[in-house]
Amino acid sequence: MKLLAARRRHPMALVVLLLVGLLMTGGAYAVFTTNSTASAEEYTAQDVEEGEKLFVTNCATCHGMNAEGTENGPGLVGVGAAAVDFQVGTGRMPLQMSGPQAQVKTPQFSEEQISQMSAYVASLGPGPAVPEDEYLDASQGDPAAGGGLFRTNCAMCHNVVGSGGALTRGKYAPNLSEVSEKHLYEAMQTGPQNMPIFNDANLTPEQKRDVIAYVREVSEQPSAGGAKLGSLGPVAEGLFIWFFGLAAVIGITVWLSARSK
Amino acid sequence: MSTAPATTAVGKAAQFTESRVGASKMVKEFGRKIFPSHWSFMLGEVALYTFIILILTGTFLTFWFKPAMGELHYEGPYIPLKGVEMSEAYASTLAISFEIRGGLFIRQMHHWAALLFMAAVSIHALRIFFTGAFRRPREINWLIGIALIALGMGAGFTGYSLPDDLLSGNGLRIIDGLLKGIPLVGTYVSFFLFGGEFPGIDIVSRLYSLHIMIVPALLIAAIGVHLMFVVIHKHTQWPGAGHTEKNVVGEPVLPTFAAKGGGFFFMIFGLLALISGFFTINPVWNYGPYDPSPVSAGTQPDWYIGWMDGFLRIIPGWTEFYIFGWPISFNIFSALLIAALLFGAMAAWPFVEAWVTKDHREHHILDRPRNNPTRTAFGMAAVVWYAVMWAAASGDLMAVFFHMSLNDMIYIFRFLFFAGPIIAYIVTKRICLGLQRKDREIILHGYESGEIIRLPHGEYQERHKVHTDHEVWALSSFESPEYVPAEPDPDGKISKWERRRAAISKFFYEDRVAPVTKDELDAAHHDHGDHGVDAGSHSGGELPRGH
Amino acid sequence: MTSKQHTAEHGSQLEQVNGFTNPGIPEHKPRVTDSSPAAERMAERQIAGWFILSMIGTLWFIVSYFLFPIEDGSMGSIRLQNAMLGLGATLALFSIGVGIVLWAKTLITDVEVVESRHDIAGSEEDQAIALEIINQAKEESGIARRPLLRNTLIAAVAIAPLPALLVFRDLGPLPGDSLFKTLWGPGVRLVQDPGMVPHEDRYIRAEDVTIGSAFHVIPEKMYESEHPLNEKAKAAVLLMRIDPQELNTDPAKEDWGVDGIVAYSKICTHVGCPVALYEHQTHHLLCPCHQSTFDVTNHCAVIFGPAKRPLPQLPIAVDDEGYLVAQRDFVDPVGPTFWEINTRETSEQ
Repeated sequence: MKLLAARRRHPMALVVLLLVGLLMTGGAYAVFTTNSTASAEEYTAQDVEEGEKLFVTNCATCHGMNAEGTENGPGLVGVGAAAVDFQVGTGRMPLQMSGPQAQVKTPQFSEEQISQMSAYVASLGPGPAVPEDEYLDASQGDPAAGGGLFRTNCAMCHNVVGSGGALTRGKYAPNLSEVSEKHLYEAMQTGPQNMPIFNDANLTPEQKRDVIAYVREVSEQPSAGGAKLGSLGPVAEGLFIWFFGLAAVIGITVWLSARSK
Repeated sequence: MSTAPATTAVGKAAQFTESRVGASKMVKEFGRKIFPSHWSFMLGEVALYTFIILILTGTFLTFWFKPAMGELHYEGPYIPLKGVEMSEAYASTLAISFEIRGGLFIRQMHHWAALLFMAAVSIHALRIFFTGAFRRPREINWLIGIALIALGMGAGFTGYSLPDDLLSGNGLRIIDGLLKGIPLVGTYVSFFLFGGEFPGIDIVSRLYSLHIMIVPALLIAAIGVHLMFVVIHKHTQWPGAGHTEKNVVGEPVLPTFAAKGGGFFFMIFGLLALISGFFTINPVWNYGPYDPSPVSAGTQPDWYIGWMDGFLRIIPGWTEFYIFGWPISFNIFSALLIAALLFGAMAAWPFVEAWVTKDHREHHILDRPRNNPTRTAFGMAAVVWYAVMWAAASGDLMAVFFHMSLNDMIYIFRFLFFAGPIIAYIVTKRICLGLQRKDREIILHGYESGEIIRLPHGEYQERHKVHTDHEVWALSSFESPEYVPAEPDPDGKISKWERRRAAISKFFYEDRVAPVTKDELDAAHHDHGDHGVDAGSHSGGELPRGH
Repeated sequence: MTSKQHTAEHGSQLEQVNGFTNPGIPEHKPRVTDSSPAAERMAERQIAGWFILSMIGTLWFIVSYFLFPIEDGSMGSIRLQNAMLGLGATLALFSIGVGIVLWAKTLITDVEVVESRHDIAGSEEDQAIALEIINQAKEESGIARRPLLRNTLIAAVAIAPLPALLVFRDLGPLPGDSLFKTLWGPGVRLVQDPGMVPHEDRYIRAEDVTIGSAFHVIPEKMYESEHPLNEKAKAAVLLMRIDPQELNTDPAKEDWGVDGIVAYSKICTHVGCPVALYEHQTHHLLCPCHQSTFDVTNHCAVIFGPAKRPLPQLPIAVDDEGYLVAQRDFVDPVGPTFWEINTRETSEQ
């Protein structure tokens, strides 16, 4: 708190304000999406070159020869390595078919190839990098703090324990229990599809790690009460009581009132 | 009573009670009461037994639950909530789940029993409706039954809201919005319920006194009267050989019915124990404490409130409008209107049916649902209407599950809200009439025996066998309601209401399959020879319609 | 047949319907256990077996209570205990039930018994006696003869419950103007919503809100207010930044955002669920409870679902330290539509 208060009265505040004004009037899209402190790896020139080859053969049809974007796909200048790593690493890209949103499937490329493509896209303009390992270690995160953040920022789409949920017009927020730490982090950082972007000012890398710790904790801990029924809440419970509970009860009544031989 | 002094311990105890409360009179009165045996007659018992289980498990929970909304920081064993701010109510629910041995088991049994209670109450009510058991003299008991459904919903909702977790808090938020949307008095009702602004600090303790005292007391009173009436009226019975309007055929309370009923209680209890031991219900620890800002995807009420929630999803926004600047928010408070409509229609049905059919006699023999096609069709229309709203409450989950658009789901439900009941009415009525025709065939021409015979001229036919008198009686001893035209009153005039009644009667009973009469059966047997074997083929032919 | 004929038949105990005669209760068919002593002994042993199984279940429950303790913080230990107690209780209870029912089904006689129904109404004699008692009571009390006593009693009893209603008056304060006011006001900083995890206020700079971001926001110092949750239930806000070119701004609200950064109430105008599902490509806000959908580019107008009013916008600005602040409180009331919604003093607006 003291630190914040001090910053507010800092002489640099004026400079910051000026900068803010400049940035706003500039409307520099790419600069706004750049906001990452947790950069992981340095790419070599060769990575970039290999990545470009992969990009041209696999991605350029939709995203343009220079990743400038076409009618069929957004421009990728400034989306950063994290976005590529997420989209290609979870198999969402290359897109298999058009639809409300890209589907998860088995990745088509090796780790190395994904890294090379990431390197190429990262070279086009500054953007979020692939996160560092220290922010992906769920054991270092605080699941309770992460739970608070998760409920506020994530649960309305993904459900309180990350079971997923519906969005408008056929889109949906996926189940998170099987998503890797790295992809969880990258999703928060880059806001894939319609997911909002949670930049480092919104959720710091440490907070993202807390969120990851929470997701890991609730998806891995044994369910205290028995079978989870999908963790979908009262609908699943209602279906269960009608189709199992009441069905069993009726079975008993039939047996009970049947005449024995 | 002056009998010889008892010698055994049991005998002494019996004599002790006899001389003080006259227990023998009760045994004499109730000991040999007769209950007909049929599986569908046991659904009400399920409701009674689950209610008893609810009281047993609920009492256990009260010993640890703290109905208070004071804030504290959680220091219990559940790691993902360590240090989180929450109310005492939520913290004590977590303690029951994680720190009291067997607490989670009892909590789950309480909640599962509540869901089963409402399910049992519902299908019990449907059984009563579809068999016409609500007819005279049982109309009042039907009304009490409807009150029991409403009370059950109240008991369930107040309980659902107690843990003060994110799910139940958002449920209360919806109730708050629903109340505020009521014209004229809405904000006052909301402020009086919540003790001021939502969520306040009073609601949990208020719901608690409703949940553990007032609503259960009303339930117990209503159940008591409900059962007393069953004793007064004696149970209904299915049509069958030896069953008449003047008798009841079945098992005596002592020993058979008591044994089966008691055994059934333990089996229901055991079934709930099985479910509670192996299936999670309402894992409150997942939801976190109530906080007005977050919400979880897939936020739904328990199943029996779902239909009202579903209605709130399918009603479009344009139903809110202003008259001289005062808002009329049908998109909000009409969930209450729809509940009033459904309960009102259920309550009115016995009286409407008696008025339309001019049948004010006592009925103790049940209708097979097919034998009253119009009633059954109306019932199915109501069931489908309810089910559409109910399904709409899980439209978001269905959309994800079936990879459909959430919006399309709602459009479909909006369409089905109107079309579903109509389709259900038409289809059910046709099915019932078809089944009645089938029954006629079976009686008139026997049933397919599976034996193939060869006739002298070489034709192969399946032997049809006729039924015994007992079977024929069970299938054909029913009265089929029919169109009663407008009748003049003593002054010779036909009143406006009588004309309306006749119009409704025509709509209800114009399409009708008359039951087989003895004369028809005799004629059919005569056609095919007198040996009780119908070896001839037969054509469906036109069945007599009305008169 | 006519309905009148039905009535006639009804009177004759339904012994004849549609010309058929009620054939009477079918002959009782004996069960195996009725005729075979061996089968009877078998059934007896079987039933006793169920009762013994129940006792084993009860013992198992007791043993499990101690054998499977709850280890602090271990979900697995609770799951195990819950399942083992459940198993014991299931065996204990269900087996008793099966045993008794089998007993009833196989050993207790299943000969059907007939009981006559009697008129529900009392006999004419009983009715006459009842009437006489009531008349006598009427006479002895003089309730009919003394209208003054009767009427004043009725009036007294009728109004006696009024105090009982009155004492419920303090169930809650009257709404007053509380539904029009939130903690937002000129210069109140926007801070990040910490959930229920205690946290110091984190202010938000305009440049922190990048395009595509969504911040869940509450007013500063909210947790120092008397009833933080009551305040939060009205003041929760979602902050988003959209490319200004995509925003269709109402000229009257032109300066309510900060270069594409806009703040809207999270409280649904339908029944008050938090509307927080922000799709950053379509700019739609979806309510997870009843699926009302709001278009952020169009001042959160409703484009689908049961809500009618747009989500109220919070006018925001940047203060001299670069932090986002409210310009003033919401102009439109937040949350569900309520009866007095248009009664706000015009001077306030």
